[in-house]
Amino acid sequence: MFNRLSAGLLASTMLTGAAWAETTVTAVMHSGLRVLDPVITTAHITRNHAYMIYDVLIAQDHEFKPQPQMAEWAISDDQKTYTFTLRDGLKFHDGAPVTAADAVASLKRWGEKDSGGQVIMDRTESLEATDDKTITWTLNEPFVPMLDVLSKQSALPPFIMPARVAETPSSEPITDYTGSGPFMFVTEEFNPGVSVTYAKFEDYVPRDESADWMAGGKVVNVDTVKWVTMPDNQTAVNALMSGEIDYLEQMQVDLLPLLEGDPNLTVEVRDSSGYQTMGRFNFKYPPFDNQKVRQAAIKAISQEPVLAALIGNPEYYQICGAVLGCDTPLGSETGAETLTQGGGMEEAKKLLEESGYDGTPIVLMAPTDVVALAAQPVVVSQQLREAGFNVDMQQMDWQTLVTRRASQSAPADGGWNLFMTNWVVPEISNPISNPMLNGKGDEAWFGWPEDPEIEALKDEFIAAPDLEGQKAVAEKIQTHTLDFGLEYILGQYTLPQVRRNVIEDMLQSPVPVFWNLTKTE
Amino acid sequence: MLGYIIRRVLAVIPVMLLVAIFVFALLRLTPGDPAAIIAGDMATPAQLESIREAMGLNQPIYVQFFTWVGQLLQGDLGTSLISRTPVASMVADRMGPTISIALLTILMSVALAVPMGVIAAWKHRSAADYAVMTFSVLGFSVPVFVIGYILILIFSLKLGWFPVQGYTPISRGIGPFLSNAFLPALTLTTIYVALIARMTRANMLEVLGEDYIRTARAKGAPERRVLFRHALKNAAVPILTVIGTGFALLIGGVVVTESVFNIPGIGRLTVDAILARDYPVIQAMILLTSFLYVFVNLLIDISYSFFDPRIRY
Repeated sequence: MFNRLSAGLLASTMLTGAAWAETTVTAVMHSGLRVLDPVITTAHITRNHAYMIYDVLIAQDHEFKPQPQMAEWAISDDQKTYTFTLRDGLKFHDGAPVTAADAVASLKRWGEKDSGGQVIMDRTESLEATDDKTITWTLNEPFVPMLDVLSKQSALPPFIMPARVAETPSSEPITDYTGSGPFMFVTEEFNPGVSVTYAKFEDYVPRDESADWMAGGKVVNVDTVKWVTMPDNQTAVNALMSGEIDYLEQMQVDLLPLLEGDPNLTVEVRDSSGYQTMGRFNFKYPPFDNQKVRQAAIKAISQEPVLAALIGNPEYYQICGAVLGCDTPLGSETGAETLTQGGGMEEAKKLLEESGYDGTPIVLMAPTDVVALAAQPVVVSQQLREAGFNVDMQQMDWQTLVTRRASQSAPADGGWNLFMTNWVVPEISNPISNPMLNGKGDEAWFGWPEDPEIEALKDEFIAAPDLEGQKAVAEKIQTHTLDFGLEYILGQYTLPQVRRNVIEDMLQSPVPVFWNLTKTE
Repeated sequence: MLGYIIRRVLAVIPVMLLVAIFVFALLRLTPGDPAAIIAGDMATPAQLESIREAMGLNQPIYVQFFTWVGQLLQGDLGTSLISRTPVASMVADRMGPTISIALLTILMSVALAVPMGVIAAWKHRSAADYAVMTFSVLGFSVPVFVIGYILILIFSLKLGWFPVQGYTPISRGIGPFLSNAFLPALTLTTIYVALIARMTRANMLEVLGEDYIRTARAKGAPERRVLFRHALKNAAVPILTVIGTGFALLIGGVVVTESVFNIPGIGRLTVDAILARDYPVIQAMILLTSFLYVFVNLLIDISYSFFDPRIRY
């Protein structure tokens, strides 16, 4: 009898113990977290951090459609007044309720920095908290993409902070990391660039809908999430195999064979849209100040060899000539046939000859320390040489490149003619937020094109009454971008993620999120 | 002796000042912009400029230099431009892993290399000598990351004896500390064993040919006493120099080993800071490293007099 009783006690203690056991998910993210202010930087790791500890008013589902998150909305008949009503139960991590005043202060700070936010702020008549739960945003003219911009998940989503934090000038980083999101930032365990710990926020009230991309209920099923930085992908793979970490956000495709046949691991694509890789000309200096030369370069480039050198495994890359990304609501591949199918070399040679290009070397900047950017310059250089360009490929570290691309000096005096970079597809999928589609000369993104036509097309896009209208303008933007040579598209790729099978129900989304998932031991 | 130590410590000041000026000048000549790192890829030129202004990077170089030196004189290493964390606390966090692994490496290396070198010299041109020399050449030639990965493959992934990565501070117990630190220390030990064993062998060979060794043997001293009391003590000075500079090298950062075993040490902090052009962190790290070299050299010089009573300061 005694034995049975003690066995029963022991079993119940073990069960209780199991129920109370801390569940920690250890994850290796694509980069170390150093900057904690999501308004001051567009770095994805900071945005991902912000999604852990902050919440947003509205968020996109997998069809890029805005859905309520912290707030429901109503639009006035004249389409000028947006009224957002905060839902019940919203609290900051310090216990204070989230009020409309907090949201207004956060939106104003974001609106100073974000390019989409600036467009809205330019059209804003008033943005105010009409009561504790109501935000009234009045515009001086209708702006159809309003909700798309407010719900975007890249590069700077409008995260809601307490008003006292959001009152920090937008040029200075915040120092108080109180949010109202599903996780809390554990300040004492933060080691910049090394590790960061998040604890479940017990008072977070998720929405009732099921989670869908960044929208829906953020139900947290684990106690702690720890992000650890591992600069060496091989080390992360070893740690996955030995069970020391649960999740690796980005896996180098060439290391995949190491994991084949391991029954404890799942390799999968979390975000099928992935990255767009592309190149940019410098419009200020010859030869790319000449549209014909830009067209010649674009005709010479074929995506397949570039993507084969960059990723190798066709399962993880996609030939795609859409300026606004493939598989996006507005993406179109019109006019990109030679980029996607090749065969433009003869036309490139002809165009280059007609352009009067005098053989001046073109300075192509090639970063050597970023794996995702190292292959493109080598292949593109070769294709351009074949067309008749005299290419001076200069190798440098990425930091030198980002400094040099800001220089407006002549290419021979420390300037440049050409470089390549990558974007997360959702952040270039809208003409308003795509940095390449800014034609305002010195105010534009590096390369500084003067292109009134793209500006006019964007105005037309903003004025379009519905999605169909927007699609028609997007088609024109696609054709114009490649014809004018605002950029050249090199294709899309994804990097698979790897998780140990103890992690289940991880959401498909462009941002890796840690709500919804479960961990079993 | 005390006067000598004071003189040497005072001599550090001009050295550090020169290092400070050089580091500052070189960093500002290197292309790179921490504001661009912070702003990210989508920032427009105007946004970059506003961040530069907030960080004080658009002030004249000499103003930035004197601000920095002023802070240094007050014992303030500054604040990281990227993470806004005090540099002193970043360095303090990263010092623990680096120092403990360096000490463990030196301990293991000396424990293995000195007897190996002594045996190789004693049994000159024997199989043992050739074995030690072969190991030395291998230890020196195989890249450290290859050794690291092989050790991980065998001891962590196949045998499961050690974790593949990470660091546990010694304050959480010697067992957990060693379980994380042993493999990286062993990886580094292969290099240092090679270095110290070769040095020991060469110096022992030289000393073993001396007259006083023959005298010691002639008067009937046991071989162990001849080797360790008469020969090794006299061969110790150059060996000590190698050990000392080796230790300073280890503290200066072993980036590759730190990356392979994911140890949050000084080496990675420095490389990350360089890639992000985080000037205050790079400046602090180079200053600290140069100070460490000067300090370790001083310690080595002082220790000479314990092994060779003829050396007096």
